[in-house]
Amino acid sequence: MSTPHQFKYLTKKRRVKEDRRFVTGKGRFAADFKFPGMLHVAMVSSPFTCAKINSIDCSLALELPGVHYVLTGEELASNINPLLSGLDLPEVKRLPLANGRARYAGEWVAAVVADTRHIAEDAAELVAIDYEMLDFVIDPEEALQDTAPVVHPENGNNIFFDKTWTWGDVEGDFAKAAHTLALRAKWSRSSTVPIETFAVTASWDGGREMLDVWASIQMPKYPEQIARALRMPVTSVNVHFDVDVGGSYGLKRGIRQTVIVSYLTKKLQRPVRFIEDRLENMAGGEMHGPDRIFDMEVAYDEQGIMESLKITATDDCGCYPGRAPLQLGKPVSAIVGPYRIKSAQYHARSVSTNKTSQEAVRGFGQAPTNFAIETVVDRIASALNTPREEIRRRNLIRSDEFPWRIPSGSEYDSGDYHTVLDKLMKTADWDGLIDKRNAFRESGKLAGLGLSTCLEPSGGNSSFEPLFNPKNNTTTWMESCLIKVDMLGGICAMMGTSSSGQGHETLLAVSIAEVLERDPDSIRAIHSDSVTALPSNSPVGSRMAIMLGGAAAGAAKKIKNQVIAIAAHNFQLPEDRLIYEGGDVYVKGDTERCLKWEQLVDIAHRQYHNMPIGSEPGLQAQHTWEVPSGGAMPKEDGTVQMYPCYAFEAHIPLVTIDPGTGQVQIHDYYIGHDCGTVINPDIVRGMTFGGIAHGIGAALYEKFQYDESGQLQAGTFMDYLLPSAHEIPTVEMIKHYTPSPLTEFGQKGSGESGYLGAPAAIASAVNDALAPLGKSIATLPMRVRDLEELLNS
Amino acid sequence: MKAASFDYIRAKSIDEVCLALNQGDGEAQIIAGGQTLIPLMAMRMARPQTLVDINDIEELRGIEIAEKVARVKAGTRQADVLGSIEIRENLPILSEALGHVGHTQTRNRGTIGGSLVAADPSAEICLIARLLDAKMTAKSTNGTRSIPASQFFDSAMVTSLKVGECLTEVEFPIWEDEHIGFGFHETSIRDSDYALAAAAAQIAIDSSGRCERVHLAVGGATPCPLRLNEVETALTGKVVDDGEIDTAISLIPALLEPQSDVHASAEYRRRVSTILAARAIRDARDRAQGEFA
Amino acid sequence: MSKNTIQITVNGTSYKREVEARLTLVDFLRDELDLTGTHVGCEHGVCGACSVIMDGRPVRSCLIYAVMADGHDFVTVEGLGGKDGSLSPIQDAFWENHAMQCGYCTPGMLIACHHLLEENPDPTEEEIREAIGGNLCRCTGYQQIVEAVKIAAQRARGSNL
Repeated sequence: MSTPHQFKYLTKKRRVKEDRRFVTGKGRFAADFKFPGMLHVAMVSSPFTCAKINSIDCSLALELPGVHYVLTGEELASNINPLLSGLDLPEVKRLPLANGRARYAGEWVAAVVADTRHIAEDAAELVAIDYEMLDFVIDPEEALQDTAPVVHPENGNNIFFDKTWTWGDVEGDFAKAAHTLALRAKWSRSSTVPIETFAVTASWDGGREMLDVWASIQMPKYPEQIARALRMPVTSVNVHFDVDVGGSYGLKRGIRQTVIVSYLTKKLQRPVRFIEDRLENMAGGEMHGPDRIFDMEVAYDEQGIMESLKITATDDCGCYPGRAPLQLGKPVSAIVGPYRIKSAQYHARSVSTNKTSQEAVRGFGQAPTNFAIETVVDRIASALNTPREEIRRRNLIRSDEFPWRIPSGSEYDSGDYHTVLDKLMKTADWDGLIDKRNAFRESGKLAGLGLSTCLEPSGGNSSFEPLFNPKNNTTTWMESCLIKVDMLGGICAMMGTSSSGQGHETLLAVSIAEVLERDPDSIRAIHSDSVTALPSNSPVGSRMAIMLGGAAAGAAKKIKNQVIAIAAHNFQLPEDRLIYEGGDVYVKGDTERCLKWEQLVDIAHRQYHNMPIGSEPGLQAQHTWEVPSGGAMPKEDGTVQMYPCYAFEAHIPLVTIDPGTGQVQIHDYYIGHDCGTVINPDIVRGMTFGGIAHGIGAALYEKFQYDESGQLQAGTFMDYLLPSAHEIPTVEMIKHYTPSPLTEFGQKGSGESGYLGAPAAIASAVNDALAPLGKSIATLPMRVRDLEELLNS
Repeated sequence: MKAASFDYIRAKSIDEVCLALNQGDGEAQIIAGGQTLIPLMAMRMARPQTLVDINDIEELRGIEIAEKVARVKAGTRQADVLGSIEIRENLPILSEALGHVGHTQTRNRGTIGGSLVAADPSAEICLIARLLDAKMTAKSTNGTRSIPASQFFDSAMVTSLKVGECLTEVEFPIWEDEHIGFGFHETSIRDSDYALAAAAAQIAIDSSGRCERVHLAVGGATPCPLRLNEVETALTGKVVDDGEIDTAISLIPALLEPQSDVHASAEYRRRVSTILAARAIRDARDRAQGEFA
Repeated sequence: MSKNTIQITVNGTSYKREVEARLTLVDFLRDELDLTGTHVGCEHGVCGACSVIMDGRPVRSCLIYAVMADGHDFVTVEGLGGKDGSLSPIQDAFWENHAMQCGYCTPGMLIACHHLLEENPDPTEEEIREAIGGNLCRCTGYQQIVEAVKIAAQRARGSNL
């Protein structure tokens, strides 16, 4: 299926509801909320890579006028439960403030509370801490050695997770193969770094016995995590989800920050706010992304057809195992990429070091994995002296083979990879780009054309949780929508999460409009507070178009059915004699006999005597949707259906490298993209362009560099380099629509698109540029200095 | 990232600035555009007790073209110098370099003097001052003195200004030779970052293409912008063809003692400075010959 | 700790306040004047989220102390549209073209683009990218922003015909 279904509102260009408030400066971000008597927090950070905390003397700080309190890790630890870990590591306590031992440079040790943030920072300088320096480990492979200092001595070693799965006859396939190839690829520690840092205000109301929280949060089960940590009922935690989040891309998971201010507001009986400044954010905010070494082996035949793939991924998790180690898990859902590989082995290792902790980043580990797989594919092409696109064509799953089950158990829903690649290469004029590349080369530049073909698994059921932690039996990752139609016919839809730029209000309005055939602009979409919200798992894993869209459509269908039932009762006709159109219901063949939307709504709200016997008055419906294809635990061999939908993308960039300076310039950029039915084209374009920009950052500029002594060298925007409008090229997007059979409208996810294939594509282009010199690079980022040094080696 | 407390004085005249600095006894600091100082204060890496604001002082603003020199008052905004047609005509290399300084928004506040006093090793304005042998005028309660660029930059972020001195003016020489040309090249990671390495050249040639005089300086690579007299000497009197340039720049690596940091190694800076110097000389030559593409 | 009285004009309204010298202009706008449209991103002059127009030119409000702003005139994102709540051409083009996602960098971007169009009603792509080169956006990859500026410029030119 590649002909788009005819939709009334979906797929059409439409102004995004949320944007009006943003262009007028009326967005409501966490830092915009102010309350009378509010106090401000600044953190005291450990300057040492690893140190025992012998004592903390707060007396000078407390003497400063305007200072209210200094919270130490010891006090906090004795009053809360440790924070949730993604892995089964009972001995590793994850706490908001270091207690007894600080394990990385920048870790928060104490929180100072004052009338203003300025005074809090003044006082933070006066907190006197007696540290005793301890041995530390920075390199993840060194951390695996028996002799290495152990980050969490209670854990015995630095291994957070270490498991190998073998799916299919890997050794047999390798033994039989005509060729094998091995390589090491590295993805360095970078992150999506939103322009807004994490911000949270908590206010305890003892009269209502309610903790109100306003936060820039994007995290599943946030209210529950707060309640668990603070040993209070979830019914006493009210997270205000109508806070606009200033970018997240997976990262905004400030549970530590939230627990600190929540504890403090209860303690001090005043609203307490903490807004990370950029220094706190970069060093101690625990928002770094995957930091991964891939050891790859592939077995392939004379034609370059891949038979089997072995991946060892060693991930430097940093200090604490929150949800981040599970980023080794998502790639299980697409472990062989878009390719027909029969067997696979995956060795996943999460290692602790004395660095800040990883957090979930856009793609949840899939972008690094895609980069490693694509590097392998390019190397095969090079080894066989066969064009890269040809190797891909030979290996891509064919459109008539879906649903396609990969060795690790996930079934890909649909796709037409060859067509997308062909359309892309045609529009991009691949041969013309080769000519252009060659012309650059003739003028003395190094020039390269890149190619990557990657998947975006979307809408997952979180079954990497049980796969990575046998004590966890999560098999659902549901999403909900509640629709109420008011007495005058207005439609209001509610979601139970906050948004960080994904346009969920627009998604809800358009999805409901499509079902109810009402004008999307007339539909109000709001973010419920957590106490009234239906179950949600927040916008992670490219899931909301699928899951929230599906929940909204489900609820809308219930409304539609109720309306039709009311009409049928009033016409005294069976429902199949009626036509629903635009909210009105008329009798088939007799449009004069019609009940208007407003009349039907009025009946529901006011005329119980005209309602079908036994029906519920009013007009409201809720729908909580289980992940399609979800609901099952992983099998013994580790096979599992993890994500329902698989979007496909193919990238072609043309780059030059200045041979003298190592500077890379991107001249052209094309992406072929298929995420099924598009709900709002501008949103999908934006997500994709933004994802490509993130990918270019990860490929060329961004790195949380630590020095040998464990000090973060990229703790400001002067050292951690986010690409600007100068570095990001104009991208041409070539669209294709292969609907998913599993979703309401055929949509798939697109929230991580672009990012999942751009780093691989840029690396492909840079390596193509280096190829005439017989050089190659498989470490990201490929910074100016790295390339210049490689060229001079 | 909130600054430590400080006292604030808004000065109305240079004399008032000098007095305030004198009374501040080393703990008072001038603030002009603040584009370098305020971030340092936000990180509490700088914590002056008193800030003396010079933004209201008319006599510290303006550009004056006189015989063979362009005088730029220290408090003149970088954006105003970049936008000055007189500067573009008389000191095109300064205009070119200013295009690489920060962004529109920082140039709208940042001043020429502020950049010189901050003395960042990578700062383009410092490089041009050094290249052209600019003269700085500094005033204090003890009087006024003139400091040549060769003696102005002491080391990274350190100048030879004494406690109590206020930089009031920079005098850039204008070359009036018949055939002059300039070249400016820098390598930065992102378009508007500080230069990892930069090179600037200005050349005067006679009608036969022979180099009458040439100035060459590199920035970013060393703690202070560095004039490369040895290379200049090697080129002077020669017809500056690519072969002569290659010979001359081969002297450069030995002249540099670059620094390493998170963005680039010393070796990177050494190699790239040399390459950029060659490009700058070539551009300068081509411009002087009217052949710049 | 010195307190200083300042008088500044923001979006046509004059305000007189006493401020501590170390208060940055962006904190002043947000905390003292409740103009929360201007955002704090990095507080060290790199990201551009705090951009405002000062005496007709865009500047970073995290790199000016409020006390230094005494006597000056400012426009923030709240002052770009009409007093009746109508949108300026660049605001409207941003909305129409979805030149944002999370909206956090948007006010700074609008300030940069608004000023560009005032100076240059027909900017090239390169000029647009130069004008927003000091404003970081993590959501959009800048493309829909560049397009929005072109749309606004085209409309403005059309309306002058």
